[in-house]
Amino acid sequence: MANRVAIVGVGQTHHTGRRLDVTGVELINEAVQRALEDAQLTRDDIDGVVIGNMDHFEGINGVECWSILGNGGLNKPTIKLTTGGTTGSTLAMGGYHMTASGYFEKLLVIGWEKNSESDTTGAITTAFDPIWDRPVFAGAVSGLAAEARFYMNKFGVTEKDAARAAVRDRKHGANNPYAHMRKEVSLEQVMRSPMLADPIKAYDMCPRTDGACALIYAAEGAAEKICKTPAWIHTVTNRHLYSYLSDTEWYPLVSLQEAAKEAYSNLGVKEPLKEFDVMELYTPYSMANLSWIEALGLAKQGEGARLIEDGATEMNGVLPINPSGGVISTNPIGATGLIRAGECALQIMGRAGARQVQGAKKALSTGFGGCMWSDLLIYGADKPN
Amino acid sequence: MAQISPTKRKNRPLTLSSGDAFQPFRYSVGRFGSKFLVALRDEKKFLAVKCGECSRVYSPPHPLCGPCYKKMDQWLEVGPLGTLTTFTILRFQFIDPETGQKKPVPYGYGFIKLDGSDTNFQHFVSLESGEDLHIGMRVRPVFEETRTGDIRDIRHFEPVPGD
Repeated sequence: MANRVAIVGVGQTHHTGRRLDVTGVELINEAVQRALEDAQLTRDDIDGVVIGNMDHFEGINGVECWSILGNGGLNKPTIKLTTGGTTGSTLAMGGYHMTASGYFEKLLVIGWEKNSESDTTGAITTAFDPIWDRPVFAGAVSGLAAEARFYMNKFGVTEKDAARAAVRDRKHGANNPYAHMRKEVSLEQVMRSPMLADPIKAYDMCPRTDGACALIYAAEGAAEKICKTPAWIHTVTNRHLYSYLSDTEWYPLVSLQEAAKEAYSNLGVKEPLKEFDVMELYTPYSMANLSWIEALGLAKQGEGARLIEDGATEMNGVLPINPSGGVISTNPIGATGLIRAGECALQIMGRAGARQVQGAKKALSTGFGGCMWSDLLIYGADKPN
Repeated sequence: MAQISPTKRKNRPLTLSSGDAFQPFRYSVGRFGSKFLVALRDEKKFLAVKCGECSRVYSPPHPLCGPCYKKMDQWLEVGPLGTLTTFTILRFQFIDPETGQKKPVPYGYGFIKLDGSDTNFQHFVSLESGEDLHIGMRVRPVFEETRTGDIRDIRHFEPVPGD
């Protein structure tokens, strides 16, 4: 039987477009120091380190090795996890598995990226098959645009429907001192922003960010001593789909649908819209906030737009989504999924400041990556059964 | 350009550029991929494989059907005409890691269900005809004169006139 595990410390950098003042090691260390401080622990208290990013963004391989002075792993067990866009959520999940296994009592989990150091779209393309995908693929935006076009055509959803989700996330982001983009925008501004790849416009899309996030995981017994209100991890699930873009089914997002089905079944969740207090979703562009919440069972197929338009997912709505501003506001890619986990933990600890959802007791975060795959984690204020 | 005071310039953090450095790779295409690309190069034909278990037809072909986890060996010909499943028009500039150059925009990028295939062949879709791209549109391949055994032996797909 797995040990119970909680997140007991959260640290993140003030995310921004270009951190010329720090190297990768120094950026990582900023988040690590903040996490240790948050948990009131020192490096000596940590049993092991798991770190991840997407090497090809910086073009420096082997971060578990070269960042050792900053990542806290010197002379400790240290490993790397890298799974493309899901790197951060895989870190969140892998950290859980490692701590739940009983081999580690207190684990430091770090995700980071310095996207300013290369051409993001060019670098993403190198994560795809060189024979079939790379010669014609144009990074995340092109694939997501193809998905959006398919969804719009299937259900008659409009660009304006999607833009409302961008307005929501950017409004939330303005409330988060750590967010990269902290500016509210109007529906008209989203609609008038430059077209990147039809139907995705600049304000519909996530930025490229320099930033790092570090979390401290602790097993039952240690967790309660470190933190008054630990964020217990109740379940983690994930699904990977296929190897070639040619095999993609564009709707629904089957990986998320299946991951949610298993997670809800593990915990007996029947009505996710009512049962969760807050969600931090890896939705890298506006339309994902419509179609992917259908995969999560929050709305019927083709009806995600209505939930956004009704305000159900805003701070005072029935289920606030992305109080942090989400991925549209902040996207240091290898950290992005881990920030979602950190934000859920802050919500449950009651330490999310101006973006706090009052009385949040049950939270869900997701991760999304390259080959349409999904990670999902559920957290609670109470210990899991 | 804004003037920076000497003191400020001195305190400014430095960056180091990798310049024109590049690392060439040579990837194995495999037996299945090679068979497909040779037929494309020499005969302008699209080959596919069919799963003996679920009957799904894959083009481009892979040796394994993912869902059935079974080896596939029934070859057939599909296309060359197809239907646009979904598409986008790329309008922002980015560096193509294959060439190191900025990709010329705008260009169409589409997923095409070749007649007889169950998967979506991805490629460029020409915008030259001026016709609005739409899902369900019939398209056909335009081949390069000189072909080398690469999916870029297809220049792009284009709308089938009068369809």
